[in-house]
Formats: sequence, C-alpha cells, structure tokens
Amino acid sequence: MRITCPLCGERDRREFYYKGAALVRPAEEADLAQWDAYVNLRDNPAGPLAELWYHEMGCGSWLTVTRNTASHEILHVELASGSGLGGTP
Amino acid sequence: MRFSGWRVLKEGLTGNKGWAPHWRNPEPKREYDAVIIGGGGHGLATAYYLAAEHGLTNIAVLEKGYLGGGNVGRNTTIVRANYYLPGNSEFYSHSLRLWEGLEQELNYNAMMSQRGILNLYHNDGQRDAAVRRGNSIVNQGDDAELLDREGVRKLAPFLNFDNNRFPIQGALMQRRAGTARHDAVAWGYARGADMRGVDLIQNCEVTGIDVENGKVTGVQTARGPIKAKKVALAAAGRSGQVAAMAGLTLPIESHVLQAFVTEGIKPLIDHVITFAEGHLYISQSDKGGLVFGSYLDFYASYAARGNLPMVEHTMETCVAMVPSISKSRLLRSWGGIMDMTPDGSPIIDHSPIEGLYLNCGWCYGGFKATPGAGSVFAHLIATDRPHGAATKFKLDRFRSGYGLMDEEGTGAQHNLH
Repeated sequence: MRITCPLCGERDRREFYYKGAALVRPAEEADLAQWDAYVNLRDNPAGPLAELWYHEMGCGSWLTVTRNTASHEILHVELASGSGLGGTP
Repeated sequence: MRFSGWRVLKEGLTGNKGWAPHWRNPEPKREYDAVIIGGGGHGLATAYYLAAEHGLTNIAVLEKGYLGGGNVGRNTTIVRANYYLPGNSEFYSHSLRLWEGLEQELNYNAMMSQRGILNLYHNDGQRDAAVRRGNSIVNQGDDAELLDREGVRKLAPFLNFDNNRFPIQGALMQRRAGTARHDAVAWGYARGADMRGVDLIQNCEVTGIDVENGKVTGVQTARGPIKAKKVALAAAGRSGQVAAMAGLTLPIESHVLQAFVTEGIKPLIDHVITFAEGHLYISQSDKGGLVFGSYLDFYASYAARGNLPMVEHTMETCVAMVPSISKSRLLRSWGGIMDMTPDGSPIIDHSPIEGLYLNCGWCYGGFKATPGAGSVFAHLIATDRPHGAATKFKLDRFRSGYGLMDEEGTGAQHNLH
C-alpha cells in the first residue's frame, strides 16, 4: 500500500502512522453521547472510508485519506488542515 | 455415529464405507426460538451449549458461507489462560477448563495438545511484569511457572539467547496452554449441536434484522425471512455490518492480522513460544509447518490479506528469535479480519435492542475463547443474565469509561490495540 502525499508524492506505507476514521472533534461542552461517538463508536464500513494518516517519516502533515477498506485502494488524499476536523474552539 | 478407536479399526478393515456426514443440511424453518448469526467457532459453540446445557434445541445457526470458513479456520490455533486483568482472567480460566474436557464432551478429536506456552522475557522490567502476571494467574487457579535462562534453554535450546538487543533472560510458562486443531473445533461443535436438533444453515446470509418497538422479531436472509424472539450476533470481523442492520453502531474497528506457515520441517519447536521483543508467537503444527504471526497491520481492513511491511517485520522478528529457521521456505500466509475494540477486550452483553445479544470485539484472541465464549454467551441468551465468568464484558464500559480492560496497558483507544 502506497499513499500519495500532496507535498511529498507517492510514499511507502511505512512512512505513515494510522489514526483511524476522520471524525469531527466535538466541542468541549458536547454531551457524553457525542464524545462516545467520537472516541469509541465506528461505522466500520467495508468500502470507502475517510481516515486520518500522519506522514510521520516525511513532511509531518496530517492527511485525510479516502481508502477502500475492502481492497486497500487509495481513492483520494488531501491535507487535513483546513478540513474542520478539529472542531470549533 | 460415535467415534472411537474401534470404529476407526472396523472402518479401516471394511473399506471405510460406514462413515456418514457429521451434520444434516436442513432447510430453514419459518420460525425458531433463537437464531445465531455466524457459523464460526463462537456461533457453533453457542448453539452447542444452548442445546446441551440449557435445553434450547429449536434454534438455528445462520452462516453466509460454509461452517467454520472464517477466522476459526484461519488462526494460529493457540489456547491459553494467562491473562492478567480481572474480567479477562476468570473468563479465559473458564475457557481453558472447557478446552481440557472438550474432546470427551464432543466425542470429537480436536487434537488438543497441551504442550505449554513460553512467554520469553528479556530484561528486568519484563521479568517483573511476568512475575506479577504469573502470581495473578496462580491466584485465578491456573498454572504459571517462572523459568530462568537455563530453564528455557533446557526446553528450547535453539533460541537465540544472546541477541544483542533482546537476550533471553527467562520465561513465564503455562504448561496447560497449547494448541488445538482449529477446524476440528468448529466441526466438533457443529456435530454436537446438530445431534441435539440445532439447524445449521449454510449459504444463508443475513440481510436484515427486524426490530419492532425496540424488540427484535426476526431476520431477513438470502433464503427468506425467519422469525425469532432472540437473535444472537457472533459475526467476528463482520460484527459492524451485522449490527448496522439493527441500527446499532459498535465500538469496533475491523483490522487485518496476518499469519504465516512454513514448509514442513522435522520436529523442532515443542511448545508455543512468544518473543517479547514485540508480539511474535510461534508453534509447530503436527504436519511440521511452523505457524507464526505478530502484529496487526494497524489500519482498518476487510481485505483478508495484509501488506508487505508487516510480512517483513514478522520474518525479521522470527529469525531474530530462532536463527536456525532462516532458510525454511514460507509456504503460505493469510489475513484474518479482527473485530478490534478500543481496550482490546471483548463484548458479551445485551444490546440496546431487546432480544438482540452481542458477542463481538474478540480482537486477535477469539480462538482460545471459543468454548468459553460459547458457554457464557449461551448462558446470557438462555437466562438473560451474564455468566459468572463473563460479568465484565459490558458494552457500556466504553461510553462510561468504567471497567475498561486494557490488558496491554497501551491506552483504551482504537489505534493502539
């Protein structure tokens, strides 16, 4: 599996750290159910899934990678910055 | 049909014409008292204990492929009860005791081999952890023994004792641990359940779960609708998809775990051995192949195959531990789909929907749990109360944060187990 980093080009999977499903972080005052959904619950699809990968051994960017979990095909990669996943402060 | 040595002899002398199929292949009925989704080790064991211990025989196991075709047919066959935390500890103890009586109970040769497991340690910190875990195992009523370097050398002289980074200082040993023939475990439970009247229905994918007013009423399948007041989920890596049919989202992420087998070699490794450099485990099958594996690939996957970086890592670790096998050729490898929970421990519990029961989140440890999980899940389904050996496998522990069982101590978070 190789991931095309928007900044570094196509790189080996070993350069990346896997975080998991790309979910929007709830606001601090969000209730328990929202935090449970963010921390624990997963749709866990067998198919395309938006995920967070960190280019640890490369440029250090967090990437939003859309990947098919049934075939490992990488469908789309973009920088996670500006995606709003961090939620509103 | 009972199996025995005499029977084998008689059949051998009369052309093996008296053997019959081990189970029926029935048409699904319109309604059952309970249906189990998933005809793997856990589903079949659950059906067996429901029939054998709770007298529930009007039940069906629904399997989308063939019996035992999932993870129970693709694992490294290790059986052990050397867990540390309360919750896991008593459960695996219960499971190991069932393993020990399994073949007699089922009248089926599961090739249960209590060859012992050696968990190697390489430094003082690991030794302290081994002592602590060993004491916990002894307290739970199972066996654990601390071996020093020479003690390990007597049992496994081929190990690399003087590896620069990971010299072997000793091992925590559990002699009652070992391996079992994985397929035969599934077949034995299938036959036992079938003999007691359970319908095992293959090629019967569940396509929907019917819920009315918060209660389960049945399932939709590729072979028509089936009514049931109790529906039990035992779908391993596919738990997420099955639960979604009932509108549930589980705290589970499915990952791929690879395993490897070499060509057959002469008897070399008499035990199950784990290398504490990382996560390598190895044993030798009765055919002579070395069976081993290590970490997950560490990304969500349903592909049932992994990537080369983890293959390379596993081979490196394997050869670092047992240099003498570096020239054996790899015969095959495969990837299983693991239902990973945030804390690395399973869920056996009611679901928020009445009549829908969950047995999932076995991470990479489902095989050794097979008899135990079947027994306690059957108890939950039949009595609506948790079995005494499985009171802590609660679904709610992730939401509340209370009662998490993070055996590895890495943190109860999805990408860490």
